[in-house]
Amino acid sequence: MENKDVKKTKEVQNDVKDNVNEMSEQDMYKKMKQRIRNEKRAAKKSANRQINWPVTVLLILGLVTVIFPLYMTVVIAFKQPSEMTNSIRGILSLPKTWSLSNFKEAMEVTDFWNSLGNSLIITLSTVVISIVLHSMLGYVLGRMRAKNKGYKLIYFYIISGMFVPFAILMMPLVKQTSILHLDNMLGVIILYTVFYMPMNVLLYSGYLTNIPIALEEAAYVDGATTFKTYWSIVFPIMKPMHATVAILTALGTWNDVMTPLVIMSGSKNTLPLAQLSFQTQFGANYNLAFASYLLALLPIVLFYVICQKQILSGVVSGAVK
Amino acid sequence: MEEKKLEAMEETKGVQTADSAQEEETPKKKKRLDRKQTFMLITIPIVFLFFLFNTLPLLRGVMYSFTNFRGYGDFDWVALRNYTDLFTDARVGKSYLFTFRLAVVATIVTNVISLALALGLNGKIKFKNTLRGFYFVPNVLGALVVGYIFSYIFTYIVPAFSKLLGGEGVSMLASSSWAWVAIMVVCAWQAIAMNTIIYISGLQTVPEDVYEAGAIDGATGWSSFRHLTFPLILPFFSINLVLCMKNFLMVFDQIVAMTSGGPAQSTESISYLIYNNGMSGGQFGFQSANAVLFFVVIVVISVMQMSFTNKREEQL
Repeated sequence: MENKDVKKTKEVQNDVKDNVNEMSEQDMYKKMKQRIRNEKRAAKKSANRQINWPVTVLLILGLVTVIFPLYMTVVIAFKQPSEMTNSIRGILSLPKTWSLSNFKEAMEVTDFWNSLGNSLIITLSTVVISIVLHSMLGYVLGRMRAKNKGYKLIYFYIISGMFVPFAILMMPLVKQTSILHLDNMLGVIILYTVFYMPMNVLLYSGYLTNIPIALEEAAYVDGATTFKTYWSIVFPIMKPMHATVAILTALGTWNDVMTPLVIMSGSKNTLPLAQLSFQTQFGANYNLAFASYLLALLPIVLFYVICQKQILSGVVSGAVK
Repeated sequence: MEEKKLEAMEETKGVQTADSAQEEETPKKKKRLDRKQTFMLITIPIVFLFFLFNTLPLLRGVMYSFTNFRGYGDFDWVALRNYTDLFTDARVGKSYLFTFRLAVVATIVTNVISLALALGLNGKIKFKNTLRGFYFVPNVLGALVVGYIFSYIFTYIVPAFSKLLGGEGVSMLASSSWAWVAIMVVCAWQAIAMNTIIYISGLQTVPEDVYEAGAIDGATGWSSFRHLTFPLILPFFSINLVLCMKNFLMVFDQIVAMTSGGPAQSTESISYLIYNNGMSGGQFGFQSANAVLFFVVIVVISVMQMSFTNKREEQL
């Protein structure tokens, strides 16, 4: 009984102490806040002073080299042939009316929706198949190559595929795909999956060395198969690498001309390929041609605007590794 | 080590399941595939796919290089004749000369400009992220369409400007001595975007106190760049150099869009020549030999890249 009373009094005492502390803490907090605010202000001022304005201006002026070709594309795409006098002013001035008629015609001439669809099918399938297959192989090789000579050999065999230029594969592949009846979009998708395998396997197996094996062990003890462990544990962990792989593979396949050109040999068009195939039909009508070019550039530019951060970091990590 | 533990567990598990199967005698109970089997099951089909569409055509390409195959019909074995012909063929020689000149000059131009850009974009500037975002745009655009747009610029805009300045106003693309410069500009325009971003990520690895220490020792401006910044980003410089070289050597889209190899075959790149004469020119066998030679060139450059990267790993 006595003990309890003592405890109570002690608690009360502590409460009082805490209150006192709180008071002073609040004050301190206020003071701190004030100080931080002042410091921030000062930092902002000095940062403003430190900004290198000459370099900023130079860099903004340098943007002309990037923007000029794009600006030219846009204004020519919107103009009518009659507005295109032979002087530079005639070419580069803003169009009198912003009419979409060029785009409508360009879409018809180049069969735009079909080409866009083909490009989307090829790129999306390649990306999905690449992420599934390459991450699995990257996982196996990443886990096994250190202690199994056979897997190490396979690893180097796949990676060495990076050295092989398309030029040497091109002619035999044309023969081979036509024999296998793969001279179509499916063939192009399979080829892309193979061409991007070395780089993607390198990226995945490199990333995997940072992932501890303990998680897999835990899942294994719970009775999951290796396959299930992979899908439920390893695959989700590799998410950052999936983004990098998806972006690098997508940018490469979307803009590629050579592979669909030689493999499908004109039977089906992708978005860039359509520009090549219908080049003759544009004739001397540059307005129509530029409307078509702009349409071909638009999807990837939109994609870039939306995922700019991921694209930049993906491209860097892909190149540096 | 940990992997071994897992395998040991696997064995005991396997024993357990075998035991329980014996006890219950229910064959319906699926035996778990062990780790090794699963790995084999994943590896074999994918590697087979890779062999079928990468190694097999490569071997067939080498095989064709010893024949006089025209792309159709019968062919004979001609041993090394294609290879000896390669070194006397004027058109092949011209294409190697053009491609290497383009690659070397474009690599230098690209790296100088993108290093300068990266230094600027990594400095204390306003609108940093917006500027970086804009400067990267050329890299995401398709090379073929970019080639078409620039081909218009070089045919109409540049001559008009040169006329204003008192020049003749002839298109660069129509001149066999200047067309390669136009192609070089387009290649560099797109590659600069990529290289700048790599250089920026390189510059970000240089800690701030290095400059502070350097400033105390009197290193500012150019000397700070030469003796501090550049040595520290040397690995990124070598990555960019080799990346550029390799990509420029394989130039194809820009040629198709801008010159189709002309005028007077002055801008025929190696890839374009292989494509053009091999696919439709009846030189399947001969251009295969050309492709094998090209492959060797690319391998040499890639091996250089590997040794660079290894050196970098030692440094870090």
